[in-house]
Parts: sequence; C-alpha cells; structure tokens
Amino acid sequence: MAQPNPALAARSEATGRAAAREGSPWKGMWAVVAKEMADHLSSARMVVLEILIVLAAVGSIYVATQNISQNISQDRFLYLRLFTTAQNPLPAFVALLAFFIPLVAIALAFDSVNSEFSRRTLSRVLAQPIYRDALLMGKFLAGLFTLALVCTALWLLIFGLGILRLGVAPGGEEVGRALWFLLATIFYGGIWLALAMVFSVIFRQPATAALTSTAVWLFFTVFWNIIAGLLAQSLSPIRFGTLGELLAQANLQLALSRFSPNTLYAETMIALLNPETRSLGILLPTQMEGAILGSPLPLSQSVALIWPQLTGLIAATIVLFALAYILFQRQEIRA
Amino acid sequence: MSETVLETRDLTKKYNSFVAVDHLNLQVQAGEVFGLLGPNGAGKTTTILMLLGLTEPTSGSVRVLGLDPTRQPLSVKSRVGYLPDQVGFYDELTARENLTYIARLNAIPNQQLPARVEEALERVGLRDVADKRVATFSRGMRQRLGVADVLIKNPRLIIMDEPTSGLDPEASLEFLEMIRALKREGITILLSSHLLYQVQAVCDRVGLFHKGRMVLQGSVNELAERVLGGAYRIQLQAEGDPQAIQAALQRVDGFRNIRQTAENLYTMEAARDLRPEAAQAVVSAGGRLYKLDVQTQSLEEIYSAYFKEVEHGTTQSSLSRQV
Repeated sequence: MAQPNPALAARSEATGRAAAREGSPWKGMWAVVAKEMADHLSSARMVVLEILIVLAAVGSIYVATQNISQNISQDRFLYLRLFTTAQNPLPAFVALLAFFIPLVAIALAFDSVNSEFSRRTLSRVLAQPIYRDALLMGKFLAGLFTLALVCTALWLLIFGLGILRLGVAPGGEEVGRALWFLLATIFYGGIWLALAMVFSVIFRQPATAALTSTAVWLFFTVFWNIIAGLLAQSLSPIRFGTLGELLAQANLQLALSRFSPNTLYAETMIALLNPETRSLGILLPTQMEGAILGSPLPLSQSVALIWPQLTGLIAATIVLFALAYILFQRQEIRA
Repeated sequence: MSETVLETRDLTKKYNSFVAVDHLNLQVQAGEVFGLLGPNGAGKTTTILMLLGLTEPTSGSVRVLGLDPTRQPLSVKSRVGYLPDQVGFYDELTARENLTYIARLNAIPNQQLPARVEEALERVGLRDVADKRVATFSRGMRQRLGVADVLIKNPRLIIMDEPTSGLDPEASLEFLEMIRALKREGITILLSSHLLYQVQAVCDRVGLFHKGRMVLQGSVNELAERVLGGAYRIQLQAEGDPQAIQAALQRVDGFRNIRQTAENLYTMEAARDLRPEAAQAVVSAGGRLYKLDVQTQSLEEIYSAYFKEVEHGTTQSSLSRQV
C-alpha cells in the first residue's frame, strides 16, 4: 500500500553512517571476561589439560635438574638450561611448550562463539546493553588471561623447582630472559587462540571448528617446513651452484618458513634462552670477524635480535582477532 | 493520555532480493499488550530484531521509547527486555549465576545486585531452585527464568518471541497469567505467536502478519468484525415457522449472516451482544425459544478466514488497511 520512500531511506542511511555509535564499545566487557575466565578455570577440559602440562613440566624439569647438577660448571645461565635441557626419554621443557600451548589455546577458544549459538544464549546476551565488540573482546581477553595465568604458574613452578633442586638463586638477567620468553609464549598461544576463535565464528559446529584449528596447527607443525623447502627450490633454483644462488635459496626458504608461527616462536626461544645466539639467519664467516665465539650477548641485544619475531607473533594475534571481529560483526545473530 | 512506546514507519528489511519485512507501520501504546500474529516465516522475528537494534533495517524508521535502536542501541536495550524464542541459558551455571551475569552486563551496581537477582527470582517463583543448575530445569521453568532475566533490568517494554511455544498447557496458562501480572504493573508487552487462542487471551490488540506485511491490525473484536462480519456469533434454538422467525430476525438492526443451520437452529453474527433483541424477535414471530447462546469469534477463525481469502485472491484492499 505505501510506496517506498527513497528520500527517507537515503536520509536514514546517511545519518546512520555519519552518527557515531552511542556509548563505549567496551561497556560490559569486564563482566564477560570475568564470566568466561571463571568458565575456563572450572571447566573439565582445562583441568585435564592443566594436569597434563604440569605433569609433563615437572617431569622434564626434574630430569633437567638432575642432568645439570651432575655436570656442575660455572654456567651463568643455569635456570635457562632448565628450560632447554633434554634427556632421553623426555624432551626439553620448551619442546613440550611448543606442543602444548597451541593445544591449550585451541581448547580455550574453539567453541567460544558457536556454542553461544547452539545454546541459544547469544541473542539473550546481545539483548543486554552491550555491543558485540564487548562480547568478542571479552571472550578473547579471557582466553588470553587464562593462558597467561597457566604459563605464569608454570614459570613460577620451574623457578621454584630450580631453587629447590639446584640450591642457587636465579640471576637478574636469567629472570629477564625468562620473562621475555613468557611474553613470547603467551602471544604464541594468542595466535592459536585467535585462530580457533575465527573458526568458532565461521563454523556453527564446535567439532568442525576444533578439527579445522587442529588441522591448521598440524599443517604448520609438520608440513610447512617441507613445503617451504620445496617452494624455495622451485622459486629460486640452483642452476650453476654459485654461492649467490645457494644463499638466495636458503634465505628464501628461511623467509617462507617464517610464515609459520612455530618458526617465529622457535627462533625467539633460541635467541632468548641461548644467550650465545648471534643471528637467526645465515651468517657468512666474513660477518663473524672480530666476534668472540661462545660469549653471551647482553639481554638487550638478544631482545633486539628477536624483535621482529616477537612483533610478528603479536601482530599475527591481532590480525587474526581482527578477522574474527569482522566476521562476527557481519553475522546475523538470529539463533 | 496514552503515550506511544513503540512506533515503526515504513520499516523494511531485505535479505538480498527476499523481502522479510515490507513497509511495516506499527504503533504500540504504553501499557498495552500487543500481539504479532502470523505463520512461521512471516517476518515476526525479523521485526523484533530490528526493534532491538540487533539487525539494521534496510529502510524506514523505528522509535522505541522515543529512541532510535540503530543509533542508540545501548539506551534501548537497557530499557527493553527481550525474551527470545526458546531462550537459552548456560546449563552448567545455576539460575542465580545466570541472572547475575545478565545483571552485570546491565551494569547494575554491585551492592544492589544480590537483592535485584533475588527479587527477580521471587517474582517468577524460582527462589527455591535458585542454586540448582539450569540443566536440571524443565521447559516451563526455563521460560520463567527467561522472564526473571528480563525483569532484572526493570524494563518499560518487554518483547517476547513465541513465549509459549513448547510449553505444556498448564505451563502455558501459568505463563499467560504472568503476562497479565506484568501488564497490571504497567509494563508494555509486545509478543509474537502463532498460537491464536493464547494471543486472544492476553492481547489488547493484535497485528496479523503475512509475507512481511501487516495485513490486519486491531483488537480481536475489530478483526472479527472486519473479516467475519461480526465479533459475536449468536445461536438460538426455537420452534415455530422458520420463515417467520428468519424474517423477524432480519428486521433486527445489526444482525448479519442469518442462517438456519439445522431444524429449529439459527445462527447469526453481530457486532454487539444482541441476545435480548434476538429473543424478542423470536417471540414476536410466534416462536418458542428453547436456547440462546453467544460466543465470541476466535482468532483462529479470523486467521483461517483471512488466509482463505488471500488464497482465493479475493482480499479486498479495505482489509489491508488498518482497522
């Protein structure tokens, strides 16, 4: 009966675009963070994972302390050795971390959004005076905080065990390096958390989101290095066997492998926990002239060395979260 | 005296080429219970989502309590309670914990919070099970918890989407009683349903949805008059000359559609309760009156009569105008 009124429609659309949204997008976010963290910390899923991690950590640290106290030397970085010493059959603590942290992060986030759909709680929550921003950001921060809590507890556990078993107090630089490593670990987890969150927005079935997240993780853990090698060979082939060609291929392979968060994390780990590390790329003997081999770098230099890796980890987390955010904002919320 | 709580003007929502809501004009006054009625997929839920600012309209305007839900969603959502279709709760939390979370999202100050939660639980009669996990609740209890969830923010307007679907008859009746109680407190209620007799039982006015358009709007009686010719159906049983009785009934002003349905049985429709006039007419025609009955038309009949007309393509334009 009534004809569409294009003038009115155009006007309301224009004002809608021009006018800023009322109120803060973060209103109610801390309520979401508190609720989600409480859920995470009390959920059976997290309890199982935490027990697993603590057992593995205690085992590997125990073995490491035994190893270290057997070959007591004047090592300045005893506590860093706690992280990196491996002895059969147990791998080093850092290797366990690289394996467990993505798992925990995925477990925290793979059903964060889609379970709200399937439980039909989303429309009820969004009918409260909050924006979607607050809900998603709250869920992400709750995941990140839980991850940070788990990691910090592990770090303290390690230092505690170290003091008990080694009888030496940790030095300032060791603590500093361990804290930087803690930061890198949290954001390494953040990437997988944000990734699982993206999938939980895309897929309505939590199981699909969990499987897809795990598949991506497997891809980067197992296949990416192989693919990077193959790609480097085909994109930058060695025709004459000159040094330039060899270097170009190696550099390309390294650059490609750095697309994987695992590589970034591994490099950060090496530079921070082995103070002797001077470079993460390929060094020619000419570049090493004048260097005293085996002497440790100061903390600030090690941090400078891993700065690109660290910022890369943080940036990837932010980019993935932004993607989840955009997808979530565009979603129809009708349950 | 009554103020307009909710108003839409030419509200339209398109999903690509599909028109979910088509130039909807709706007005709800303070203190009334308004029923949105229509088959599934008629655009009721989409309309509700637009009223709350959860979906942006393609064109047209919405005013809820004088606010624009697309631009001031927080103000609207802090004053309007929404009970979604098949409301969901966090099953692993207790009723009290669920409500506390919602109260926190509404930024209710900490010192008031336990009292407000308690009060809301009390009002829907769930105080005894406040510390049980919601997973153990029946459908009816969940629905009541949904109302508590809405009441916690002291809303001026409550929007309910299919509030009684899936409830057993007893729980439905209880729920309708709760709606009446809310109305007595002066809360305006907009509810959508496809269960007609329930809408009829509680709504002051209803709007009939069909393919995104509001095809009829008014009180149940007004609708009955429009579609069926009369809100009251009078049945009488009388002995005597059928022709004389029918002629006498015909002479009464206000009777429509007079039919003899069986021997000695007559049916007619009227806009008012005209039983005394009917009795008088029968007696004056020399008939002997045995029984006189009146029934109000049910929405069900309006509904099916209207959609029958739509199918036959005989909908007059007068019907699609607001009553």
